[in-house]
Amino acid sequence: MSKHHISVTINGTVYESDVDSRTLLVHWIRDDLRLTGTHIGCDTTSCGACTIIVDGKATKSCTMFAVQANGRQIMTVEGLEQNNKLHPLQEGFHEEHALQCGFCTPGMMMTSLALLESNPNPTEEEIRIGISGNLCRCTGYVNIVKAVQYAANKLQASEEVPVSAGQGGE
Amino acid sequence: MIPGSFDYVTASSVAEAVALLEQHGDEAKILAGGQSLIPLLRFRLAGPSVLIDVNRIPDLDYLQETDGALHIGALTREAELDSSSLILARYPILHDTAKMVADPVVRNWATVGGNIAHADPANDHPATMLAVGAQVVARGPDGERVIPIDEFFADSSFETTLRPSELLVEIRVPAPEMHSGGAYFKLERKVGDYAIVGVAAYIVLDAEDRVTYAGIGLTNVGATPIKARDAGQSLIGNVLDDAAIHRAADLAAAAAHPTSDTRGPAEYKRAMVRTLTVRALRKALARAHGGE
Amino acid sequence: MAAEVQHHGLGESYKRKEDARFIRGQGHYVDDVNLPGMLYGDIVRSPYAHALIKNVDISEALKVPGVVAVITGKDLDAAGLAWMPTLSGDTEAVLALDRVHYVMQEVAFVVATSRYAAADGAAAVDVDYEPLKVVVDPHKALLPDAPLLRPDKKDRQPTNQIYHWETGDKADTEAMFAEAEANGIVVKQDVYVPRIHPAPIETCGCVAQFDKATGKLVVWMTSQAPHVHRTLFAIVAGLPEHRIRIISPDVGGGFGNKVPIYPGYVCAVVATITTGKPVKWIEDRTENLSSTGFGRDYYIHAEVAADKDGTVKALKVHTLADHGAFDAAAQPTKFPAGLFHICTGSYDFQKAFVEVDAVHTNKAPGGIAYRCSFRVTEASYLIERIMDTLAHDLGKDPAELRMQNFIKPEAFPYRSALNWTYDSGNYEAALRLAMKDVGYEELRREQAEKRARGELMGIGISSFTEIVGAGPGKHFDIAGIQMFDSCEIRVHPTGKALARIGVQTQGQGHETTFAQIIAAELGMSPDDIDVEHGDTDTAPYGLGTYASRSTPVAGAATALAARKVRDKAKKIAAYLLEVGEEDLEWEPGRFYVKGSPAKGKTIQELAFAAYSNCPPYLEPGLEAVNYYDPPNLTYPFGSYICVVDLDRGTGAVHIRRFLAVDDCGTIINPMVVEGQIHGGLTQGLAPAMFEEITYDEEGNIHGGNFQDYLIPTSMETPHWETDRTVTPSPHHPIGAKGVGESPTVGAPQAIVNAVVDALAHLGVRHIDMPITPWKVWKILEEHGLAAD
Repeated sequence: MSKHHISVTINGTVYESDVDSRTLLVHWIRDDLRLTGTHIGCDTTSCGACTIIVDGKATKSCTMFAVQANGRQIMTVEGLEQNNKLHPLQEGFHEEHALQCGFCTPGMMMTSLALLESNPNPTEEEIRIGISGNLCRCTGYVNIVKAVQYAANKLQASEEVPVSAGQGGE
Repeated sequence: MIPGSFDYVTASSVAEAVALLEQHGDEAKILAGGQSLIPLLRFRLAGPSVLIDVNRIPDLDYLQETDGALHIGALTREAELDSSSLILARYPILHDTAKMVADPVVRNWATVGGNIAHADPANDHPATMLAVGAQVVARGPDGERVIPIDEFFADSSFETTLRPSELLVEIRVPAPEMHSGGAYFKLERKVGDYAIVGVAAYIVLDAEDRVTYAGIGLTNVGATPIKARDAGQSLIGNVLDDAAIHRAADLAAAAAHPTSDTRGPAEYKRAMVRTLTVRALRKALARAHGGE
Repeated sequence: MAAEVQHHGLGESYKRKEDARFIRGQGHYVDDVNLPGMLYGDIVRSPYAHALIKNVDISEALKVPGVVAVITGKDLDAAGLAWMPTLSGDTEAVLALDRVHYVMQEVAFVVATSRYAAADGAAAVDVDYEPLKVVVDPHKALLPDAPLLRPDKKDRQPTNQIYHWETGDKADTEAMFAEAEANGIVVKQDVYVPRIHPAPIETCGCVAQFDKATGKLVVWMTSQAPHVHRTLFAIVAGLPEHRIRIISPDVGGGFGNKVPIYPGYVCAVVATITTGKPVKWIEDRTENLSSTGFGRDYYIHAEVAADKDGTVKALKVHTLADHGAFDAAAQPTKFPAGLFHICTGSYDFQKAFVEVDAVHTNKAPGGIAYRCSFRVTEASYLIERIMDTLAHDLGKDPAELRMQNFIKPEAFPYRSALNWTYDSGNYEAALRLAMKDVGYEELRREQAEKRARGELMGIGISSFTEIVGAGPGKHFDIAGIQMFDSCEIRVHPTGKALARIGVQTQGQGHETTFAQIIAAELGMSPDDIDVEHGDTDTAPYGLGTYASRSTPVAGAATALAARKVRDKAKKIAAYLLEVGEEDLEWEPGRFYVKGSPAKGKTIQELAFAAYSNCPPYLEPGLEAVNYYDPPNLTYPFGSYICVVDLDRGTGAVHIRRFLAVDDCGTIINPMVVEGQIHGGLTQGLAPAMFEEITYDEEGNIHGGNFQDYLIPTSMETPHWETDRTVTPSPHHPIGAKGVGESPTVGAPQAIVNAVVDALAHLGVRHIDMPITPWKVWKILEEHGLAAD
């Protein structure tokens, strides 16, 4: 077992740590850094509850080691709200009742954030494809699609540029 | 859920990765996308002592058409294939394949090289690469080697003919000829699952619409990725009419060695090889004619 | 006084108050709990389905760096804790002592300073097993040569049969069947309802913290019923109940999975007491699917006796129920088969007789879970399937056959042949609305045209009646505790309120909907009413949230508590306005003098007065509590119509449309109700086409992880269409019935009926769930209809 020193930027803050090789990124974020918004729902990379953004890419953080994140830019759900202003996705999930128990929600929003970066005006079909790696047991997905559409409309209409997945937060 | 212990090293070049492979032998495993390897580690089904992380090697992810071939860097992520306009326009069979690998988030990290090197008969790219007649480029202590895809997969699951200490660095797909087309169809129980059955078909036609090349690859119906040779052979020299398509489909089904499991009875899988071969050939033909 | 207060009543799609923390990733789930010095537990589990334990060697595990302790069955036995009672009157192993009964059964509990060390420790425990013959088929478990799976209770249960239960009128039912055999029609059907698993995205777990100085045990727990769990911990562990505090914080989905007490919880409690440190145990997904409470696993034989014209007369049902290795089914104790005898459904059967035989096998325990309303999923499935079969056998349209046999609106309250008194219903209106919304006539025409061309299209109907809101204390108890529920409201001097309820949301939106109930009664804004629950030190005793009981029972308690508050406020108003109570009128938020509307007092003014100028003959303050013992259950209902197209090449079923009309009585929040329906429908689709837990001959589980247990993604899930009728419950204070499980109860059979309908002209009468492409393809192939 080797220990590695890592330096990772999460939501604009640099975190330095000594981690074991085998420490999963999701455990490091949740247990060591106490950023518990990212959740664990399975053990086969199937559910997406652990989805965060790593260097602009939606990533299942249970299927990456913390050491692999060294030097990278990460965004978690805690980075969505900026200057006390909710991101249009957060607003959309609330307005469209796209969450019930809330457990899949952070991962679902991070996947949606990355989706909207690459496809700012997705159709329902494209949204459903985009979130097909994130499982929800409560909502039946109908309102999640609406929430993403809400956010897409708001982002396109807005002059401001809220935090983006690619920037990793400020 | 929690992996066992291992050492971790990062390679910053192919040469360094090869040297590390030489140093650690079969105690080491390459960590590329990790989307197949890390789940195995978490269930303690694999227990390497060392992981060699190749993700930091620069210039190993690229999509370049030169010298009559598409060169795919081994570290190219499935998501890049999925979203590439070059691939969609000129290699739609690769687009078909990439978009069926796992799910969209996994595709951000899963690599084409990894999908092939893992040699899982349930992975999607092997069948497609067999169908198009790709080549695999490997680099090892003795230099670079080009391996035809037909010779790349060994006779048992999860084994390739890569030599110890060789790293897969590139895949080469022949550039499309004038009238050529391919398609990949995957039947899955749900998004994110491995194939019940997958069929890749690629054809090249001459000016009289006769088949000059036909490759058919099969996913998850045997211990290894399967090239349905007789099926492809049966099409050579013929026009791709319904009779020829059905004949090839029957031969493809005969080439399959499916087993009954939770993805269906063997009888069903064999029948689906037939059905998907028909559908893939029809789509390949439509694309060869410039349609969709 | 204050600024204009907004009033919000029932029927408003008020945006959810609880969202604020979840969208920020600030939800507080059990695995988010982090305490100083906290240790982690991991469980050693059996790889065998049935085996004797010869030895448990923990010596290597104790050497693993970070491992602090390893608890075995023997350790628990010394404290009398190796076995614990179940909710069904059986006992269940906490940690196996001399034998294991199913793959993944708990054998030892490793405690360590980190998750990773605990996992390494668990891997290092060496258990010596002697395998025994395995029984996975419940039919085989009843054969005379079957091994006795539960020798521990052989004196009171000498075979693998747990119970035989029956209800109804056997003699009269048989007489009606004899008559129908002679002059009418008898239809028979065998249906299997497979074992499935609720699989909420958050798995089960707890953090147990025992404080030696105060003697207080605090357990953060994924619990759907924290008070009942507290009482059970007190009884089972012999700890004083006033020194146990269960906190169910935010729960990431329940669906019945978080009702039972699991060995992991008990072990964590033992570990915190012995180590003096907090102990966290969180199971992983494989553990969750393989060992925690499953749902269904019913082999049903049903028969309907009807007149030649299709008027139903009598129903006969026999069920073989596979309960796994322990009878840990979570249902009211007097109903060993739950509410299965709602199986006469929406139809006016004159006589019925139902028998259930429950049996042990070498599988994980459970049976009642997954949004089932206590076996109503099984009941509704069988009746909706056999009604469709009756229709097809008679050559009658399935919608028409249902209309012909529906209980008529004027028959309510309706006493069924199996002695349930349905409160209210209008089944025909719901079905007609569904048919109108989906364009039924046009679809039938399209089906006929397509059939002539060899295209396979099907239309399936499900007109279900639900039974929820358990229940009247005389008949309904969980572990002896009557199934009332509660609400306590305290209004502060400045007119804001804090309410605590005895139920426990796992996503159903109680913080909003229960605030709306109070808001409607008191004419306040839901923003001014915060609803808390889940902490047994502060919330009034309740039986928890499952079986769609929260709105029917705790919702009633909440409305009545709010009315008590209003009644007291009225007395204060009379005092302040110097009139008699009979001279006061109420409008939302205000009492005023009859004939002098300007002379009034707002609820906020009255709240302040309760503390500052209280009538001398009243206690100061403004609070009320209500414990509600419901007079009856409630009966939501609905009609669903599903349209499918079959791929003749692959057998794949494409759901083209799914139209759900639900009637849950008075709707508190339409947005929340619709969300519940979307989710419930998805959990009805899942068993119909995707999810199944199966076992091989050695008792190894298939479907024990999310690679193999096929939770539908956004791609498999159709775009659900919903509509509503409203038939209030006459006995509920606000007429509400509950809705959470209705869609899961009603949906699977709509889908199965649709697929069978697509193939009925070939003589197909039934296809068991899950309907996989290969099952459909096999039928097509046999009939020469498989194509490209």
